[in-house]
Amino acid sequence: MIKINVTINNEKKELEVKPYEKLVDALRRYGYKGTKKGCYEGTCGACVVLLNNKPVNSCLILAPAVENQQITTIEGIGTMNKPHPLQESIVEAGGVQCGYCTPGFIMSAYALLLKNPEPTEEEIKRATDGNLCRCTGYVKKIEGVLKAVEKMRGGK
Amino acid sequence: MSKNKFNVVNKSIPKVDGLSLVTGQPLFTDDIDIDGLLYAKILWSPYPHAIIKNIDTSKAEKVPGVKAILTYKDVPRIAFTTAGQGYPEPSPYDTFVLDKKVRFVGDRVAAVAATSLEVAEEALELIKVEYEQLEPVLDMMTAQEKGKPIIHDEKEARMILPLHYDKKKNLAAHAEMSDGDVEEALKNSEFIFDNEYEAHYAQHCPMEPHICITYFDAYNRLIIRSSTQVPFHVRRIVGMALNIPVKKIRVIKPRIGGGFGCKQEVLIEDICSALTLKTGKPVKLEYMRKEEFISSRTRHPQHIRLRTGINKDGQLTAIDMNIVMNNGAYGAHALTVICNSASKVLPLFNKVKNIKFYGDTVYTNLPVGGAYRGYGATQAYNAMGQQIDIMCRTIGMDIIKFYKMQHIKEGEGSPVFQKMGEGKEGVEMKIGACGLSKCIDIGVKEFRWYEKVNKKRKEGNWHYGVGMVCLMQGSSIPEIDMGAAFIKMNDDGSFNLLLGATDIGTGSDTIFAQMAAEVLTVKPQDIIVYSSDTDMTPFDVGAYASSTTYLSGGAVIKAAEKVKEQILEVAAQMLKTEIGDLELKNASVFSKSKKKKVTLKDVAYYSLYEKNQHQIAAVASHITHKSPPPFSAHFVEVAVDIETGLVKVVEYLNVTDCGTAINPKLAEGQCEGAVLNGISYALTEEYIFDSQGRMLNPSFNNYKIFSPADAPKIKTILVPTYEDTGPFGAKSISEIGINGPLPAIANAIYDAMGVRLKKGPYSPEKVYMALNNKK
Repeated sequence: MIKINVTINNEKKELEVKPYEKLVDALRRYGYKGTKKGCYEGTCGACVVLLNNKPVNSCLILAPAVENQQITTIEGIGTMNKPHPLQESIVEAGGVQCGYCTPGFIMSAYALLLKNPEPTEEEIKRATDGNLCRCTGYVKKIEGVLKAVEKMRGGK
Repeated sequence: MSKNKFNVVNKSIPKVDGLSLVTGQPLFTDDIDIDGLLYAKILWSPYPHAIIKNIDTSKAEKVPGVKAILTYKDVPRIAFTTAGQGYPEPSPYDTFVLDKKVRFVGDRVAAVAATSLEVAEEALELIKVEYEQLEPVLDMMTAQEKGKPIIHDEKEARMILPLHYDKKKNLAAHAEMSDGDVEEALKNSEFIFDNEYEAHYAQHCPMEPHICITYFDAYNRLIIRSSTQVPFHVRRIVGMALNIPVKKIRVIKPRIGGGFGCKQEVLIEDICSALTLKTGKPVKLEYMRKEEFISSRTRHPQHIRLRTGINKDGQLTAIDMNIVMNNGAYGAHALTVICNSASKVLPLFNKVKNIKFYGDTVYTNLPVGGAYRGYGATQAYNAMGQQIDIMCRTIGMDIIKFYKMQHIKEGEGSPVFQKMGEGKEGVEMKIGACGLSKCIDIGVKEFRWYEKVNKKRKEGNWHYGVGMVCLMQGSSIPEIDMGAAFIKMNDDGSFNLLLGATDIGTGSDTIFAQMAAEVLTVKPQDIIVYSSDTDMTPFDVGAYASSTTYLSGGAVIKAAEKVKEQILEVAAQMLKTEIGDLELKNASVFSKSKKKKVTLKDVAYYSLYEKNQHQIAAVASHITHKSPPPFSAHFVEVAVDIETGLVKVVEYLNVTDCGTAINPKLAEGQCEGAVLNGISYALTEEYIFDSQGRMLNPSFNNYKIFSPADAPKIKTILVPTYEDTGPFGAKSISEIGINGPLPAIANAIYDAMGVRLKKGPYSPEKVYMALNNKK
C-alpha cells in the first residue's frame, strides 16, 4: 500500500492505495460511489471525474498518480439538499433514466461549463461525447445541460 | 375515472429517484461495502464446441487467497433455463450451472472465489483444462441438416411444456400457424414479392454490466443482491438450479443500471450463489464489458424469407413469413421471440385473409440469444417494413395511403392474436384504442413527407432520401403474467407503495406513484415507492414484455381503490355518516351532508391510535386478458455519402400512440432511447466472428454504439388515445420504438440511392459495395 495525499472535493485526504490500483477503484473504496464502472477500459465515460478541473476517465488513471492533485467527483458538485443546477436541470428535463451513466455525463458537462459557461448544443455534445448512454438517446440530457446554462446565466 | 381529466397522471413530474441518481447516491448493486467480500471470476471456454476431458484445479487451489473453485463436479446436475420467464417456462431446460461440455466461445468452464480480483484472475490461469474439441455448428441455416453435430446431446435437455423440441436436429423451438390459403391467394395476386432479410447479432449494452452479490444473512438465508429485471424469477430459478427451497432465498433488487432485456436472464446469480454456498462467505460476481458482449445475452439473429401478394389497388392478398432464428448455444426465449415475430407484426396487416407463418429456432455454437427490447418484432419489422416499401414502389402506390388503408383499426381483431401465444394458445383480442392513422397524418405533416420523398436531393457527395414504417407492439402477456402491489397508510397521511414490479431505469416507480396519488388524491411525493425485494414486496413477473405500466399499473390502481374504501369507512365513523355521503379529494374526506371534512392525516391517526385501531392497507393483484398494442409511425431522413458509403441520419421522427402517457416526459424518453438504440443497431452495431465463432470486437472501441455527437435530431410526438382496459387509459411504450430504424433507414437509403440493403448494419462498406454493384 502507498499513502498519497490528495484533495477530493476540496477536502484534503490521505488515501492508502495499491500501486496498480485504478483511481476509480480507490475512489469507490473510499466511499465516492457516485463514480461508476461501465467498461473499465476508458470507452464509456461512466467513471469520469475531474482531475485539476479537467475531465478524465478514472479507470485509466492509476491512483498513486494523483498524489497532491485535485479531484472532483459527483458528490463534490452538489447534494440532495443543494444540487448543482446541472443536476437539477437534468432531472427536470427528464434526462435521467437508469442514472448509471449520469454522474460521468454531468462531470463532463460540469468541466465544460467551468471553461465555457455559454456552450452551444454542439459544444455540449462534443464535451460529453465520451459519455455513452443507452437509455435516453441523449435528447433530454442535452436539453438538461442547456437548461442549466440558462439557469446559471440568471446569476445562480 | 373520467378520461383525460387527471390531477397527477399525464403530468411530467420529475422522476422520484432522479435527484438521488444525479447526486451519485449509493443506490446500485455494487454501492454497498460488505466485510469479508470474496471476488468471483469465471473461466471461459476458448472453444466453440468441446468436451472437458480433464480439469485440474490443484495448482489454482494453492494460490493464497483462493477460497473456492467450482467445476461441473462440484455442482448439482440439474437442467434449467436462464430465461427469466413465468413458470412453466416455454424455453428449453438445457443449461447447467456448470457442465462438462462447452457449447460456445465464452461458455462457463469453472468459477473461482478469492479474496481479491487479482488472486481470482491468477487462479484462473492455473486451472488446467484438457478439451476434446468437437466440430462446431456455426451456420444457422444448415444447423438442422443431417450429420451436423448435436449441440445438446445430453439426456436432461428438454422442454417442460408439450412443445415441439428436437435437440437431435439442433431445433430449440418451432412455431407455425396459418389462416386462409396462402398459395392459392398468391397464385391469384396481381403482384408477388419474394425476398430474404436478415437481422443481425447485437448486444443490449446496459451501462451497468451484470453484477450480483450473494451472502448469508444472520438467519442463514441466502441473500441475492442483483441487477435483475426479474427478482421473483431469480428466486425460483436459482432455487431450482441449486436445489435450495425458495423460502431460504431472498432477492433484493436495488437501482438497476439499464437492462433492455439482458437482465431478464438468470445469468450469474446461480454461480455466484453456488460460490457463497461453498464458502459461506459473501461473493461478488461482476461482468467486465468484454464478458457482457460474449457471455451475456444478445439479440437473436433471424433469417426471414417473406412472400407477399398484392393487387394494383394496394390490397394485400397474402403474407407468408418463414423464419430461421439463431439462438446460439442455449435456448433462452427460443420459442417466444419467434412467436412474437408473428404476433407483434402480422396483426398490423389484418386486412389480409391469407397468412402463413413458419418459424424454426436453432441451436448453434455461437453466443446466446435472449430477451432484447423489441423481442422478435424488431427482426420481423425489418422484413415487413422493407417489403411494404418495395411493394408500394413497384405497384406505384403511396405508402402513406397503403398503411392507412391496411393497418388494423379500433374494434378489429386478427386471427394471429389467438393462434400465436407464448407457449400456449394466444388470447383472442379486439383492438381498443388505435391512433395509428392519426400518428401517420401528424408525422406526414410534421416531417413534411411529401416535400422530401422521391426527390433525389443532392449536395456534393451527399444524397438525401427519406423512409417510413408503421409499427405495433403489445402490452404484457395476457392471461400469463401477474403483477401485485401493496399499499399501506402512514400516520401523516402518506403511503408506502410496495411493488414487485421492477424499475430498471424506465421510471416505473415514478408513474406508479402518480397512479396511486391520482386515486388517493395526494401528491406523488406522498407515495413512497419501494421495488423490489422478494421478502418485502408482493409478487410481480418483472420488467419485460412491455408489461410494467399496463399490468402492474392495474395492480396499483386496484390496491389504491381498496385503500380508498378503507379510508372512507374510517372517515364515515369519524364524521358519523354513510360512505355514500363522502368524497375523497385533495387529501381530505368531505361529508356532503354535514359540510365537514377530515384530512387523511386525521384518518390515519384515528385508525392507528383512537378507535377500532387497524392498519389501513391493501394488496391487489392484476392479470390482463388483452395485450393492447401501442402504435407508432416512424419517419427518417438520411444522407448517403457516395464517396465512402457512409449513411448519416439527418432527422428522425416517431409519432406514437401509447394511450394515456402517465408521465409524458418519461414516455418520450423511452421512445428516444429506443429509437437511438435502433439507429445504432441499423448503422454500426455488429458482432464480428472468426472462423471458430469467436467474437472479435467485444469492446466499445470496436463495437460502436452511438455517442452524443453521433446522435441525430430525434423528435417524439405522443398522440393521446384512451385504452379502456389500461390504467388511466395507458398502454405500453418501452419497446416499440426500437423496431423502426432498421427498416425505415433501409427504405430511406433506397429513396436516396435506389439500392436495397436487406441485412444490417448498413455500414459504409456494405452501402459502398451496394452502390458499386448497382453501377
